[in-house]
Amino acid sequence: MEKNNLKAWLYLLPSILFLGVFMVYPLIDVFIYSFEEGYNSASGIFFGVGTYNYSYILRDPYFLQAVKNTFILVIITVPLSTAFALLISVALSSVKKLRELFETIFFLPYVTNTLAVGLVFMILFKSTPYSDGLMNVILGVFGMSPIDFIDGPYWAKMLVLSVYTVWVVLPFKILILTSALASVNRTYYDAAMVDGTPKWRIFTKITLPMISPTLFYLIITGFIGAFKAYSDAVALFGTNLNVAEMNTIVGYIYDMLYGNSGGYPSFASAAAIVLFVIVLTITCINLLVSKKHVHY
Amino acid sequence: MENNFDKIQKKTKAKEKITKVLTYALLGFWALMVLFPFYWMILTSVKSYSAYNSEYIPKFFTLSPTMENYVNVFAEVPLADYLFNTVVFTVITTVIMVFVTVLAAFAFARLEFRGKNILFTIFLSLMMIPNELVIITNFVTITNWDLRNTFTGLILPSVTSVFYIYLLRENFAQVPDELYYAAKVDGTSDWKYLTKVLLPICKPTVITITILKVIECWNSYVWPRLVTDDAAYFLVSNGIQAIRESGLGRENIPAMMAAVVVISVPLIVLYLIFHKKIMEGVSRGGTKG
Repeated sequence: MEKNNLKAWLYLLPSILFLGVFMVYPLIDVFIYSFEEGYNSASGIFFGVGTYNYSYILRDPYFLQAVKNTFILVIITVPLSTAFALLISVALSSVKKLRELFETIFFLPYVTNTLAVGLVFMILFKSTPYSDGLMNVILGVFGMSPIDFIDGPYWAKMLVLSVYTVWVVLPFKILILTSALASVNRTYYDAAMVDGTPKWRIFTKITLPMISPTLFYLIITGFIGAFKAYSDAVALFGTNLNVAEMNTIVGYIYDMLYGNSGGYPSFASAAAIVLFVIVLTITCINLLVSKKHVHY
Repeated sequence: MENNFDKIQKKTKAKEKITKVLTYALLGFWALMVLFPFYWMILTSVKSYSAYNSEYIPKFFTLSPTMENYVNVFAEVPLADYLFNTVVFTVITTVIMVFVTVLAAFAFARLEFRGKNILFTIFLSLMMIPNELVIITNFVTITNWDLRNTFTGLILPSVTSVFYIYLLRENFAQVPDELYYAAKVDGTSDWKYLTKVLLPICKPTVITITILKVIECWNSYVWPRLVTDDAAYFLVSNGIQAIRESGLGRENIPAMMAAVVVISVPLIVLYLIFHKKIMEGVSRGGTKG
């Protein structure tokens, strides 16, 4: 086949330009920024090269708080959302009636605006002088005293954030798991039925191994997504996350970049690279674990 | 013997029934959990300010729905401007994205050129780059170009989506080669082949990536928040945040919920029309944008 080099590059030119300027160049630049000490974005000068930015953020209590919050959020939401998504997907796959309706409803949160719906969660959990909020009324039925989940104690806030995060990430997981379950070859089930295998055994010995690649894909993307949590927290607690003690690593990056405490792209870069290293490490561990357990 | 068989059968049937009831109970429970916030936002938005604040225990329904919150929210905060900005941003970004994506996907699927495989691998590896890493430099770039608080500044870094190039390339590659050769024999140019043959065949995928991009644009928050601090350029996500923090005062929750309903409705309508396409597109490997 003839080679039409010039024409092909012409077709690719727009995307190469966009990707080059807004992805490849920034990727290199972020490493450079992170080692430039005392960089001033207004004047474009810096004093020296070194690891000061890293040592600064690693001593910054706001950053440490953000790291702690992010890790807690990841540890709570990833296993919980994956397990719950699996439960719902299995239930969904076992029914015929109303299945499409349920699927459509379950996916709805995926398309909605995280910030807008987050406000609804906020009023559901918030306790004001006028009203304890619906959640506290429900808790009151079980004899619990009202808690302010939005401006109250740390663990109450973490609880709402986790609940909302799970609510937001479930649609994607349910969708992917349901289609994985649908693609399992029926003959395995038929064979197991003939042998009179109990249902639980069918699930652990056939279904789980068959969908394990998808499950691990979801766990890996779930970890990555949860480490980048940010807008859910903004939706619930407002933009001033440091005051609310609910900042996340990504939130810290943006605060360093812009906002009341902003103007420090070097610190932001260092934080972004720390986040990247954390995510990369966790992903590698996940991949190593999955090599041992996933059946392909 | 016969009797025993009947018994076992009855027992299994009863067991199946219980499983079924439990299954539907679980599905129904989660459907309720998903829909309830939407119900609550609509309900709250039609309660009057005084009615809402007099309910120490919130009521699950209202007998005197009112539209006053919708009127108020449009009158007191520039919600209409936020919506207009978001529509402009979404339309322009999506149009440019589709154009750039179609061209690149065509080159990768159909044209032969030196370095194709290497370039495609580079493109694919860019899919793994987290937004957080590149957004810092983009912010500095846009600031240096004096493009803060402009549509250009909002749009430019939001255009590229390697994933959509990949998705469309896969679809283009499925179209049989014979069509291309036939068109070549007839003297059709590549451009004509792309617009008159390939695009009509692959229309479903183009529509899917368009819808996914529209959703992504409508919901985008982080980049708009960084590059706009002038409320005249706020998109809905930033608008809703501004409303929450200063616009209506924290206490006027019914009006806030009216705003939430207004900015959620367009996407929900889009979803109800295209839910099959959206779910299919996402399950082919999408991640939240």
